Amino acid sequence: MGAGRPGAPMEHQGRAAASAGAPAGPPDSASSSSGEPGPGGRALEPWKREPARRRASSTSAASSLSSPAAAAVDSQCQGAAGGMNRERPSSYSGATHGTRQRLESLKKKRPLFPWFGLDIGGTLVKLVYFEPKDITAEEEEEEVESLKSIRKYLTSNEAYGSTGIRDVHLELKDLTLCGRKGNLHFIRFPTHDMPAFIQMGRDKNFSSLHTVFCATGGGAYKFEQDFLTIGDLQLCKLDELDCLIKGILYIDSVGFNGRSQCYYFENPADAEKCQKLPFNLKNPYPLLLVNIGSGVSILAVYSKDNYKRVTGTSLGGGTFFGLCCLLTGCTTFEEALEMASRGDSTKVDKLVRDIYGGDYERFSLPGWAVASSFGNMVSKEKREAVSKEDLARATLITITNNIGSIARMCALNENINQVVFVGNFLRINTISMRLLAYALDYWSKGQLKALFSEHEGYFGAVGALLELLKLP
Amino acid sequence: MAECGASGSGSSGDSLDKSITLPPDEIFRNLENAKRFAIDIGGSLTKLAYYSTVQHKVAKVRSFDHSGKDAEQEHEPPYEISVQEEITARLHFIKFENTYIETCLDFIKDHLVNTETKVIQATGGGAYKFKDLIEQKLRLKVDKEDVMTCLIKGCNFVLKNIPHEAFMYQKDADPEFRFQTNHPNIFPYLLVNIGSGVSIVKVETEDKFEWIGGSSIGGGTFWGLGALLTKTKKFDELLHLASKGQHTNVDMLVGDIYGGAYQTLGLSGNLIASSFGKSATADKEFSKEDMSKSLLHMISNDIGQLACLYAKLHNLDKVYFGGFFIRGHPATMRTITYSINFFSKGEVQALFLRHEGYLGAIGAFLKGAEQDNPNQYSWGENYAGSSGLMSTSPELYPMQRARSGTFDLLEMDRLERPLVDLPLLLDPSSYIPDTVDLTDDAMARKYWLTCFEEALDGVVNRAIASQPDSIDAAERAEKFRQKYWNKLQTLRHQPFAYGTLTVRSLLETREHCLNEFNFPDPYSKVKQRENGIALKCFQRVIRSLDSLGWEERQFALVKGLLAGNVFDWGAKAVSDVLESEPQFGFEEAKKKLQERPWLVDSYGEWLQRLKGPPHKCALIFADNSGIDIILGVFPFVRELLFRGTEVILACNSGPALNDVTYSESLIVAERIAAMDPLIQSALKEDKLLLVQTGSSSPCLDLSRLDKGLAVLVRERSTDLVIIEGMGRAIHTNYHAALRCESLKLAVIKNSWLADRLGGRLFSVIFKYEVPAK
Repeated sequence: MGAGRPGAPMEHQGRAAASAGAPAGPPDSASSSSGEPGPGGRALEPWKREPARRRASSTSAASSLSSPAAAAVDSQCQGAAGGMNRERPSSYSGATHGTRQRLESLKKKRPLFPWFGLDIGGTLVKLVYFEPKDITAEEEEEEVESLKSIRKYLTSNEAYGSTGIRDVHLELKDLTLCGRKGNLHFIRFPTHDMPAFIQMGRDKNFSSLHTVFCATGGGAYKFEQDFLTIGDLQLCKLDELDCLIKGILYIDSVGFNGRSQCYYFENPADAEKCQKLPFNLKNPYPLLLVNIGSGVSILAVYSKDNYKRVTGTSLGGGTFFGLCCLLTGCTTFEEALEMASRGDSTKVDKLVRDIYGGDYERFSLPGWAVASSFGNMVSKEKREAVSKEDLARATLITITNNIGSIARMCALNENINQVVFVGNFLRINTISMRLLAYALDYWSKGQLKALFSEHEGYFGAVGALLELLKLP
Repeated sequence: MAECGASGSGSSGDSLDKSITLPPDEIFRNLENAKRFAIDIGGSLTKLAYYSTVQHKVAKVRSFDHSGKDAEQEHEPPYEISVQEEITARLHFIKFENTYIETCLDFIKDHLVNTETKVIQATGGGAYKFKDLIEQKLRLKVDKEDVMTCLIKGCNFVLKNIPHEAFMYQKDADPEFRFQTNHPNIFPYLLVNIGSGVSIVKVETEDKFEWIGGSSIGGGTFWGLGALLTKTKKFDELLHLASKGQHTNVDMLVGDIYGGAYQTLGLSGNLIASSFGKSATADKEFSKEDMSKSLLHMISNDIGQLACLYAKLHNLDKVYFGGFFIRGHPATMRTITYSINFFSKGEVQALFLRHEGYLGAIGAFLKGAEQDNPNQYSWGENYAGSSGLMSTSPELYPMQRARSGTFDLLEMDRLERPLVDLPLLLDPSSYIPDTVDLTDDAMARKYWLTCFEEALDGVVNRAIASQPDSIDAAERAEKFRQKYWNKLQTLRHQPFAYGTLTVRSLLETREHCLNEFNFPDPYSKVKQRENGIALKCFQRVIRSLDSLGWEERQFALVKGLLAGNVFDWGAKAVSDVLESEPQFGFEEAKKKLQERPWLVDSYGEWLQRLKGPPHKCALIFADNSGIDIILGVFPFVRELLFRGTEVILACNSGPALNDVTYSESLIVAERIAAMDPLIQSALKEDKLLLVQTGSSSPCLDLSRLDKGLAVLVRERSTDLVIIEGMGRAIHTNYHAALRCESLKLAVIKNSWLADRLGGRLFSVIFKYEVPAK
């Protein structure tokens, strides 16, 4: 994202499927985030704070090196970087007591531009960028050249290099953040291009801006050292699940340019009658949050600050795409989905009716239910009779049904009946969303409702941005 | 077993010659009398079940008819022995590869002599496919049974009837198999059947079960997806590939995303974050091995996770896994176990079943046999006729597979009487009969296996000698030797083959093998002679006891009980003495005993107790014939009766070594009653009751006892249990906790065991225990 120049070559445009990887972890392994408010003491809606206006140092950002804000930011991030024992559940996880006090005294301050939130997942990096639209002439004049070029570069392009994409349709307009008005942009690129991204930061002398990179996702840890040594940038590492929840709650509260953020499907199984309808998440709690990235994390959310990771599964978006690559030779997520949309999974899967000739009445199992995913592929003749499209479709159905099944069991065990599915696996993936909607409704006999959200994969990055704004 | 060397390690043996000859005698046994067939045809294996009767010889004892004579002759034996034919019921289960189905059906047709059977119960996915073939070959009508119903009926049956049916599997642990003792109440449990898909069934009672969920990601997914990814067609080969692969080359781990562990969640860096997450690239080749391994982990983890979620939702902690995905494959048992431990944090145990492959066939058979009420009987695994666990495992013993893996057998004998727990067990669910687990204790295992090998010649000779009139005794004895020797060799390599290996199971296996070759009671004549000798001494012993003062008498009685216990043909040290010194008698035996203080000595407490009020009723488990029962036990019984304590004297239902059997005990009691008015009146007034244990073992399993005995124990408010002998009080029950007072006494007639217990040969165990209030 260098100013005026495309980033390093990025291959496989948009190929990656998923957000931060979700380890196949044990249930209840996450302690719930406590209700302890952030240092600002107003953690409820930090973004509505009206801090005193503060500008970049009157000369240039470069000379703000010695400014208290920058120092505080630095030490904050050092705290985070060096903090082996990341305290949870502090919003400023990793901030030491000392830095926290300093932050207290600076809480009325606003961070310097540019405002980024970064979520480095197993497959995809999600970047949100706040573009201020209320820049005064004075500000414009003071804005350092590199900052200006970043803004121009990001907002005037829709693709960066060959793999970076700005999801223009998701852009949130006229948002007020920390007293500033602007647009929120949503950008993604594959995690394997992280080295190029860091290199670009170095080439563009990003460190001179003294901006804070609030980053979440596993990559915040994995690439921390590279950011520091190559880019001379210190990351403020944030917990991915904390960010995810904060991001969702915030985005849901601001809506989608006047439309509803949250939606559901009516008649999901019926191609003609199926309708995507807005859903008002006015009573969000309790909520089962299923984040489908490379892997899947399932969280039970009881309040803004009280959640736990119930479980996770390694069968996620990465599995769908990985298996599709092996089975069909496809190279992008879009391609995999497109193939799936043309395939017929019933040639690949063994259905209940293939075994019982119809419904299995003894256990009231419908004939159309899948009895064995890929079960027909045991036979050589059937292996030879299927197309790549059929295999892609079967892979998609297998992974989706499994996630639906685990989510349903978790909802029952946790006694929660609204289930929100998010994560980049669902991007442009109506097949999976409708299947999840249908499966959840059918197997729960109407007790469970599957909900979706327009900004499906970006909540972690939004959460990271919000954390940045809680900094001075 | 079948000499069908061509099958290799594959599961379906496509290229096998269909005209292959089977060794019929060893596989479809007792087919002549077979009735009621059931068949379970799976994807690659067929399981056939039939009910048959076995005719075998039993030794019967009978009192001579003394009418007309008022006194018996000096040299006449105390009773007569006759060998009679007896017919017992047996269930046969045979598992073989589908390739053999036609050959097997032909064989059955040819040998099915007289049967009224018209129908064959069929289950399994292949039942449709082979319906016509079966009907045409066997001229039996195929009656389709529901797969899941059969599976659950079969599961209930094995859990109830086969001790050590269920086990936990821990790869790299020693032993890898941890068998569970039968819990008296097997319900409720969760059965996770991993066939082509996964079915999760909650079983609440014998007839009540519910399909609570399932998953389409199962064995068919592993096989089908594996075949697509690796071009490997066979399930077993895929597993084999997986065993050599590295899933970390294909899977995206937490460490790949985080660069290490995800510490705030405590997720280790080694955890799989995204299965196949690394394969999302076109510019890399992945090995078949690595992909298979990744697939195996993916599927096992997924199933384990769902099983845990269902177990949690339904509040169940017993989860049994079955289906062809599991079926004895160490690789899948390992990954499933790992997954269950991980997702349940150790709260749920993954349990597997030794006879998992037979559940469907057993269930189908039971469905067809409902009018015979097979469930009202107790059944016992016949160790002689059953292949052990892992006899078909391609991974553990690849060399053995070709030899014995083609056909796997299970035989179950219908026991004459239903077996139940001794009502006096403190905690039936935690009761373990055996003192030493030879699966666990390699030193002990080595010793005992060698010990049984060394004793084999003696047993063979004894068997031949017991049937002097039989022309083929030597031949049969030789077959017995071969069979038991082979069992011992199998157990050396696979100690887990028949559940937990114990001295008891070694002894019982030997009895089963002897019976198999029609040596029902090799010691019948020895017992007869010894009983005769001892009966002649009875009155003298009683007179001498009666001449003693009370306290002296109590000690003499205990010493007599112990001395009697020296006469044990099961103990090598003793049988040598008995063979070489025919004059060795009661007095000599007393001299052999260790002086007090004994190795375990609570005689003082016992004596103190005797000074108190009498017990209401004592249950005595008798041991040997001859001096033991007549000069040791009966005088002791007499003293108890004299004190006002009722006595239940429990003897084995069937013969085992020189142990006194129930029918022998009846004759002995009758003869003693004729000499002793106290015994006579006690018998008449039902104050001395003779019962059978339901067992034919030299050891004692208090969780499988004759129901009549249990009823009596309860009716008479039994408050004292006396267990005598090495087999019943040391090899088993040494640690058994009872709800009433108990006395366990034995003479250690094995130097190794003596050494283990810190004593010497002929050390005495006298363990009197009072339950904590």
